[in-house]
Amino acid sequence: MYVLRRVGIYLFSVVVASMLVFSVMSVLPGDPAQVMLGTQATPAAVEALRAELGLDRPIPVQYFDWLSGALRGDLGISVFSGQEIAPQVASRLRITLPLAVMAMVMTMLIAVPAGMYAAVRHRRLGDTVVTTISQIGLAIPAFWAGLLLISTFAVNRGWFPASGFPGWGSVGQALRALFLPALSLAVVQGAIITRYVRSAVLATMREDYIRTARSKGLSRSAALWKHGFRNALIPVLTILGLQFAALLAGTVVIESVFVLPGLGSMLLQGITRRDLFLVQGGAFVIVAFILTVNLLVDLAYRFIDPRVARR
Amino acid sequence: MSRWRRFNLIVGACLVLLVMLTALVSFVWTPFDPARVSSTERLLGVGVNGHVLGTDQFGRDLLSQIMVGSQTALFVGLLAVGISVAVGIPLGGVAAARRGWTEDAVMRISDVIYAFPPVLLAILLVAAVSPGITTAMIAIGIAYVPIVARVTRGAALSVFELDFVSAARTYGRGKTFIFVRHVLPNIASVLIVQVTVLFALAILAEAALSFLGIGAQPPRPSWGRSLRDAQTFIQLAPRLALWPGLAIGLTVLGFNLLGDGLRDALDPRLEVRRS
Repeated sequence: MYVLRRVGIYLFSVVVASMLVFSVMSVLPGDPAQVMLGTQATPAAVEALRAELGLDRPIPVQYFDWLSGALRGDLGISVFSGQEIAPQVASRLRITLPLAVMAMVMTMLIAVPAGMYAAVRHRRLGDTVVTTISQIGLAIPAFWAGLLLISTFAVNRGWFPASGFPGWGSVGQALRALFLPALSLAVVQGAIITRYVRSAVLATMREDYIRTARSKGLSRSAALWKHGFRNALIPVLTILGLQFAALLAGTVVIESVFVLPGLGSMLLQGITRRDLFLVQGGAFVIVAFILTVNLLVDLAYRFIDPRVARR
Repeated sequence: MSRWRRFNLIVGACLVLLVMLTALVSFVWTPFDPARVSSTERLLGVGVNGHVLGTDQFGRDLLSQIMVGSQTALFVGLLAVGISVAVGIPLGGVAAARRGWTEDAVMRISDVIYAFPPVLLAILLVAAVSPGITTAMIAIGIAYVPIVARVTRGAALSVFELDFVSAARTYGRGKTFIFVRHVLPNIASVLIVQVTVLFALAILAEAALSFLGIGAQPPRPSWGRSLRDAQTFIQLAPRLALWPGLAIGLTVLGFNLLGDGLRDALDPRLEVRRS
């Protein structure tokens, strides 16, 4: 029942999100057909293209046509290049998604040990140091962190490329090109997640089963590792899902800093070229992705902690 | 309130006050005209020719630019948070007061809007309208409506269960009256803290949008756009990226610390639970 209800909410959310994306873009001043053909085009030619693109039909018909196409993987044709949008989005996702996943892995590698260390050293120097650093991390814009990392590790030391992406032909080179962008995102996300891990571990350490484990002779850290860690990660998992949205949004900005040809760069190009369908398609894919990740996290949460379904 | 928490509150308040004062002073005085271009003073170092933080690639004084940039940051923060509060509080209040399908509808739609990060909303709006500070403010404001609505609903639900609210109902008071007169004052502390944190987020979002070129447009100075300009000269003069970034970081840090401090000052029970 819980799964069905959650999937129902997900489908409703996807439809409402598609309506929002479509309605925002349909108030665009100017005519995509005119943009496509240029200012020299005759009115007859513009009208013919409008008919070909289906822009002369009522808005609700256009919406249902666009949505049904999008659900089948057809996002229409780019006004600028005249090529299909879906393959372009798929090719851009081959950079954006690995970047987001890499950033998420780095975030966990920073946040889990730091948050646990702060919780174990609660109200001692170690806790204060971690909390202060995470507070500073929260205030840093990821794109500024990116610029500083470029200056330090790309320009001054030459360890990583400052910009560009060589493609997945050489996996090592590709990962090297994504390392600094992912680290820029992880520095900020890590600061946020560290606070949640710390709070979750502190809450878990007050539970009766930890006290029981301690009374059986287990040390504080042994009790935490054996019994507390898995339970502490349950609330963190939800936050990770929510933060994935922030991470995907972050890739839009970071791709601009490191000149990566990902989905974010595609959206910005779409704005510059006033490519209505491209922005519409790219934005819908990002939102659908975020909603899907939220659904998966909720379902995973239900299996990790069955009490959620009962509630 | 512990000494550490009080320290947070004081540091946060000082940083926020400093930024506000800088913005106010910049209306009447800056060391140089922030828009003045000088081909003979390009990329000057710190302290050269009276330029405390140096100059940029056009010879413009960096300190003056940062001072005027604080106006943009605070202006966008204020209006964006104003939009989210003006829409989010009534929405959250209606959800908490009415419950049932109204609450479900408000919360589900909030969830959908929450899936649109501010940068994405801004990209959509910019594609539909035009880039600029107004579009940025509206996008950021709309993106944070679900956060305010959710916090308002959560806090209001528990207040609606209290005896004095039941007493007001027995007097025949309507739900709107009860929300405005009895519930809102009781959840004000939670909302003040949330607004402070949102202010920090709005400043970060504005900087990101201006960095992408879809926020504040020239000639209006913006910290985000200064960083965008600095990116081109990152090899030649990396310090150009230092000052605007520090300005953003310190402002956001100030609002975050102020939010944390206010949370403890306004609701000491939280600190007991947290410790």
